[in-house]
Amino acid sequence: MGHADVTLDTLGYLCPMPIILTSKKIKELAPGQVLEVLSDDEGIKKDMPAWCQTTGHEMVGLEEEAVDSKKVYKAYVKKTG
Amino acid sequence: MNSTTVEPSAALAELRETKTDKVTIVVLSGDMDRVMAAFIIATGAAAMGMEVTMFFTFWGLNAIRKRGVSSKAKDWILRLFGILNQGGADALPLSRFHFGGLGTSMMKRVMKRHHMPDVPELIQTAQDLGVKMIACTTTMGLMGITKDTLIDGVDQLAGVSTYLAEARRGAVNLFI
Repeated sequence: MGHADVTLDTLGYLCPMPIILTSKKIKELAPGQVLEVLSDDEGIKKDMPAWCQTTGHEMVGLEEEAVDSKKVYKAYVKKTG
Repeated sequence: MNSTTVEPSAALAELRETKTDKVTIVVLSGDMDRVMAAFIIATGAAAMGMEVTMFFTFWGLNAIRKRGVSSKAKDWILRLFGILNQGGADALPLSRFHFGGLGTSMMKRVMKRHHMPDVPELIQTAQDLGVKMIACTTTMGLMGITKDTLIDGVDQLAGVSTYLAEARRGAVNLFI
């Protein structure tokens, strides 16, 4: 997916922590910047788009990667003004 | 001729004004699992930018009582009740498999291993995110729970009208 301005590592955390940490972190970004959220909680695949839809931030994309037989999800969120 | 045409943006603004994304949760249960579910929904909703109010009543009050503080009520029945019904966010039993505390402490250990916040941490997170907490005065009276035995940050003590005034504007209203 490429470009991200800030990365948030939520590996090992279960729902609702990835979303809560994301909502805190996004405040530190400037509008237009992209936040990359790393998570190994599969729920993030549905939760992050839902969070974006409600908060108005833009869901840029989501990547899956297999790391040591575990899935790691990378969600990309662009902060809106 | 009177024009009754409404500007779409104005109508939308008005709609937003009257129908905020508001969540109310009545917490009646004092079971750890149910209280956790309530706080997970509350913190999740707050993280989504929704306005959240939680109402604690009956056993749910145990979640927002200070640990080890028993009733200071004058009535001996209420005092006895306060001794039997211990409060405290970290002292809530599981609804099933509590096994005199053994099952609950095992569950807490598993939660810790999974970086899962426990009830006290969830309460702290909820307060950080601006979740409003209201304690029901009627059940406080019935159970001999006084204001000074509740944790700090309980926004108000109120009754059913306060709940309904909030719930009628709520998009999501839950009873746990």
